[in-house]
Amino acid sequence: MSTLTLSGVNKRYDNGAHAVRGVDMDITDGELIVFVGPSGCGKSTLLRMVAGLESITEGEMTIDGKRINETSPADRDVAMVFQNYALYPHMTVFRNMAYGLINRGMAKSDIEAKVRETAKMLRIEDFLERKPAQLSGGQRQRVAMGRAIVRSPKLFLFDEPLSNLDAKLRVQMRIEIKRLQRELGVTSIYVTHDQTEAMTLADRLAVINEGLIEQMGSPMELYSDPKTLFVASFIGSPHINLLPARFENGQLQVGDTAMAGFDALPQDVPLMLGIRPEHIAPHADGAFEISVDLVEQLGADSLIYGAVAGFNGNEPHELCVRAGEASQHLPGERIKLNFEAGRAMVFRQDSGERLI
Amino acid sequence: MSNSFWRTLSTHAILICGMIFMSAPVYIAFMSSTHAPETLFNEGLQYWFGGHFFETYNEVLFVEGGVMKKVTASRMLVNSMILGLGFAIGKVVISMSAAYAIVYFRFRLAVPLFWVIFMTLLLPLEVRIVPSYEVVAGLGLLNTHTGLIVPLIASATGTFFFRQFFKSVPEELLEAARLDNAGPLRFLIDILVPLSKTMIAAILIIMFVVGWNQYLWPLIMTTEETSYTIVIGIKQIYQVLSEGGELPQFQKAFALTILATLPPVLVVLVFQNWFVKGLVESEK
Repeated sequence: MSTLTLSGVNKRYDNGAHAVRGVDMDITDGELIVFVGPSGCGKSTLLRMVAGLESITEGEMTIDGKRINETSPADRDVAMVFQNYALYPHMTVFRNMAYGLINRGMAKSDIEAKVRETAKMLRIEDFLERKPAQLSGGQRQRVAMGRAIVRSPKLFLFDEPLSNLDAKLRVQMRIEIKRLQRELGVTSIYVTHDQTEAMTLADRLAVINEGLIEQMGSPMELYSDPKTLFVASFIGSPHINLLPARFENGQLQVGDTAMAGFDALPQDVPLMLGIRPEHIAPHADGAFEISVDLVEQLGADSLIYGAVAGFNGNEPHELCVRAGEASQHLPGERIKLNFEAGRAMVFRQDSGERLI
Repeated sequence: MSNSFWRTLSTHAILICGMIFMSAPVYIAFMSSTHAPETLFNEGLQYWFGGHFFETYNEVLFVEGGVMKKVTASRMLVNSMILGLGFAIGKVVISMSAAYAIVYFRFRLAVPLFWVIFMTLLLPLEVRIVPSYEVVAGLGLLNTHTGLIVPLIASATGTFFFRQFFKSVPEELLEAARLDNAGPLRFLIDILVPLSKTMIAAILIIMFVVGWNQYLWPLIMTTEETSYTIVIGIKQIYQVLSEGGELPQFQKAFALTILATLPPVLVVLVFQNWFVKGLVESEK
């Protein structure tokens, strides 16, 4: 129902902190965009700027083509779900959901109908007369969502809404948010630091680092084709394996091992070889050898952790391998591994830029 | 076992002693107030009921000339009630709005201004009584309720309590309210006031008692009998009662004292639940 455009958006605080640096973004109708990044990266600031809770230092923001830089939060017609829910503790669930409608001068009977309908959709219609303190975490979360939905806003903004829930509930609510967002078709921005949440929810996700958008794209795009070292290391669980490397004599030198099949890489620049755990497999003639430290059995597959032979002690050379059910290994065992060279990525260590 | 027995015994003994020490004067005053003036004059203070309870209290409360030349104790009670309530409500309203401005509006010098308000704690009424009197007299407010209440209602302590409370209210509530189209006034009335309910109750109770017990200011402010508060009445009654070489009416003075202590005691007893709640917990 709405599109949001950010162009050259900057946020500088009075103390000189530059929280958001030149963000450009087009969000199309009905999309669910996730901002993901480590804490303090500016993702929440950016969201709050969209909500109007933080001023925009520089650049322009438009909703449906209309500039909103100077519009007050209430007039932007956006709804926000807060991390701690921010429910009004002294009001009943019904009043919590109706409050925004009352303040907008909606007729009483319409409010009643709207709130009941939304409560039904969220399965909280039995709690309408309760106060937030009498609800469980998951129910409060639903009320907070209900308060946003009931207003039928142009934009939903979610600020880490699931981080106060336990793991099981988080997965459940994640699915529900996705379903509701699809059903309602409301353009949404979702902020999280949890990359699993980001991957599973997003139509597109924006990885943010130090106020800059490192890369924006669909979850699979970011996973299989990261543009920077930061994106590669942030997306994916378990993390991508990173091994320091050098390009010498037409071969990629990783520790003791020379890998063929790489060319046109700069010499004399510290490089980083990145390879996902599932692109490594135990192989009798493998070029790399690790001594197994730890094996995590996940059921369908197992994760083998170990240190790669042929590195001196200071450099990081831990590897994680996702192996199938069939391969059983014990700590202390030495196994040989083969990399799928075609899936390996090479980054510059200094700028983080991806070379291959 | 025996250890805990002796501990219980000794703590109770201390508490009982303390209680007797605090309440004995009140008890003696009450008992003495039920006797005839002759008994008091001849035998001194009394420790048990006499037969003049209704007579004394009726005369003090309702009969003109029974206690002062003209004004009755019930009129003085009303005056005290107006002072206590006006004082308490005024303090809550003023300090709440001051704290609201300081915490939620980003204006220049908000922090220094807060400390200036806080510093007025160093200037209690007793210190500024002459200029205050001058101002009130200049406005022609002597012997009025307004003149009695207004100079007292600015409250640094109240402002401080409300400021601390508002600061502990999560900021997201304000943000949620802003997104819900609630302006500053709506936010104050719909959200902050209900949240600080228990806090308001506690401050109201404390301030009512403080207001009720005001002595120096009403003493200076009120020159006409009709605007006396009951606390001033106690002070004046000795002058009135011992006039004209008659038998001093001490039982009336005692009755007035008892009457003056009753309302604050009742307020605290009735509202003590709220009071404790307001000081120890908050609904957030």
